[in-house]
Amino acid sequence: MTVAHSGEAVHHEPQSFISKYIFSKDHKVIALQYMLTGVVVAVISGLLAMWIRLQLAWPGANYPVLEKLFPDGMGGGVMKPEFYISLVTMHGTLMVFFVISPVLLGAFGNYLIPLQIGARDMAFPFLNMLSYWVFFLATIIMLSSFFLEGGAAAAGWTSYPPLSAVKQAIPGSEMGQTFWLLAMALFIVSFTMGGLNYFATIVNMRAKGMTYMRMPMTVWSLFLATIIGLLSFPPLTAAAILLLFDRHGGTSFYLPAGLFFGNQVLPHQGGTPLLWQHLFWFLGHPEVYVLILPALGIAFDVLAPFIRKPIFGYRIVVYSFFTIGFLGMVVWGHHMFVSGMNPWLGEFFSVGTLLITIPSALIGVSLLASLWGASIRFTTPMLFALGLIAFFGLGGFGGIFLGTATSDIYLHDTYFVVGHFHFMIGGVTLLGMFAGTYYWFPKMFGRMMNETLGKIHFWSTLIPFYCVFLTQHFLGFGGMPRRYYAFNDFQYLDPIRDINVFVTICSFVLGTAQLLFLYNFFVSIIAGAKAERNPWKATTLEWTAPSPPPHGNWGAEEPVVHRWAYEYNVEGASEDFVLQTAPASKAPVTA
Amino acid sequence: MHAQTMKMETQELSFEKETTFGVSWQKLMMWIFIVGDALLFAGLLAGYGFVRLASPSWPNQSEVFHLELIGVMTFVLISSSATMAAAVGAAQQGKRSQATKFILFTIIGGLIFMGMQAYEWSSLIGEGASLTANPWGVPLFGAAFFAITGFHGSHVLSGLIILAIVAIRNSSGRSTAAGVELAGLYWHFVDLVWVFVFTLFYLI
Repeated sequence: MTVAHSGEAVHHEPQSFISKYIFSKDHKVIALQYMLTGVVVAVISGLLAMWIRLQLAWPGANYPVLEKLFPDGMGGGVMKPEFYISLVTMHGTLMVFFVISPVLLGAFGNYLIPLQIGARDMAFPFLNMLSYWVFFLATIIMLSSFFLEGGAAAAGWTSYPPLSAVKQAIPGSEMGQTFWLLAMALFIVSFTMGGLNYFATIVNMRAKGMTYMRMPMTVWSLFLATIIGLLSFPPLTAAAILLLFDRHGGTSFYLPAGLFFGNQVLPHQGGTPLLWQHLFWFLGHPEVYVLILPALGIAFDVLAPFIRKPIFGYRIVVYSFFTIGFLGMVVWGHHMFVSGMNPWLGEFFSVGTLLITIPSALIGVSLLASLWGASIRFTTPMLFALGLIAFFGLGGFGGIFLGTATSDIYLHDTYFVVGHFHFMIGGVTLLGMFAGTYYWFPKMFGRMMNETLGKIHFWSTLIPFYCVFLTQHFLGFGGMPRRYYAFNDFQYLDPIRDINVFVTICSFVLGTAQLLFLYNFFVSIIAGAKAERNPWKATTLEWTAPSPPPHGNWGAEEPVVHRWAYEYNVEGASEDFVLQTAPASKAPVTA
Repeated sequence: MHAQTMKMETQELSFEKETTFGVSWQKLMMWIFIVGDALLFAGLLAGYGFVRLASPSWPNQSEVFHLELIGVMTFVLISSSATMAAAVGAAQQGKRSQATKFILFTIIGGLIFMGMQAYEWSSLIGEGASLTANPWGVPLFGAAFFAITGFHGSHVLSGLIILAIVAIRNSSGRSTAAGVELAGLYWHFVDLVWVFVFTLFYLI
């Protein structure tokens, strides 16, 4: 073989269909694989959500069609309670680990990290490919659990024992729960492989001149999300191993003495379900920051070209990310205020949680202040980024009530919680994903998405979203508990029965509106208007590559960076934006 | 051969760029992996601590275990860390056969450890210990013992497999000093974890 340039040899263009599109080591192809998988699971998981809503609005209604699909769960056409809780479990699990994670970290992370820091690919492309295929396997296992004897896992996305540890507790705790644990283990393996790559790539593969403080906000947010994820997932693995022992080895790590099931005392003794709660939330709480930070980072990068000025408070936001990352790892106990925890310990977790509002507010204020005095261009990605700011603010306010032990004890496990986290890790991330997709679509596919459809999609997402999840806050205030199958037998909830019908109808509008996005997305890949290299006139490195970028991203010469990521309206420059690759001789360097 | 050249070239390429910690991405990845794996053990040990604190009584370890045997095991494992360090040193000086020799010593140390572990397990099982029950009163004692030492043992086993591969590659001239060092990092980590397991489970 002949090597023209040292290091170029690894970037041989793959030739066959399989090495190019299936077992590809190219970060851009892997990113799109993650995205496509995420979209498919999102459709499934979204349908599950509507099925849940169907039951909540009209409990006990008969749907003979659905019986054909799931003869066990919908026996006689009426939903069974144990099937309902399976749906809730799988909707949550799929959305958190198999939609938001693969799209925000898998797809945007893979696509943008090398392109935004000026690398040709990830540090270890083979591991990157492996990471996707392990994730794919995890997805298949998780989805297939619906068709097992007993159905899918039914202990909630948090898998609290004893429901998750005792097989006879609920049908979903048969093989469904084992498959759940297996799929989660594979997901963690995949996340670890991907995370190692992200971390090593950002630390070691940045282009010449790309100092940390010149990195785009998306890369910063992914960097922090990766670190948080890598540090918080391993304890969940440990927890899952112990849960498997309890389920299949007869141990009692999570099971106390005296448990009764089916008129039989279980032989377990000595354990406590609280151990699982601690280990689970040690991951579970940082995980929400793993999901939300990339959405916030994307929001900054989408804002910048449409306000045509530098984003506000770059350094403050970076430090806030770090602060959130640290504080986020020591406040898991705020999910357990009602577990009988020592009030002093509860106070520690409360205060820690409320401290998080400080960096969060700094980020929110920086997003808002970026808009100050700007001549905003209301493109579709910009609309979604603006919607994200609104959701982040509103969801954040809800978080204060839940982080305070006193009010949480009343609101715990009500629809207030459901509304809150759907605004945060449901809404902020959803709008972040849409903003990012509309924004980087031209780079990914070389074509533009339809703006009119995009704007209709935005409004038909935003308004029903408020109707569904803001309303759920009030249902929670009214004392409506989450995860209940029906509310017929609760007299005090009679006055809000119609509100549940309203929420359900709105959720159907919300779900239907997403068809607009799917149509726009897939039709634009084939028939969208051709995109130029830099359609939004943005400054970051990915816009210096062709759309879509070729294998190896940069052609013969790797980019050299001369300035930070947000050089808009620089005095003395010929245009109102300066690419990061423009040398100081062309326009003054401000950062 | 082809793949080998390419791998070395990527490594060189990564050194050209600014590297915050002054190490290759391979080593960086190994370090981060070790941190993650350490947290996994931290989770297990924290779980063990939790159930032990919640339990009204706990067996007296010096009556249950053969602590002299465990002491020897620990000594052997820590000595294997020393031979591993010697192997890395030899590999860095380009003394390939000497490196292979020290890796083999390390493997022997690991095998002795595993053998003694197996002996310990089988004698405890012979006394009636299992995941669900044991003669010393607290069922979770046995469960935690088998879960934690078993999980550590699986790490030792995977370390031995890695070392065997590195030994073969090294003796046939295919591995680099960096490759030996990475395997060494993992081996030291596995040994270090044992120190924690030894202290927290057997001694206190």
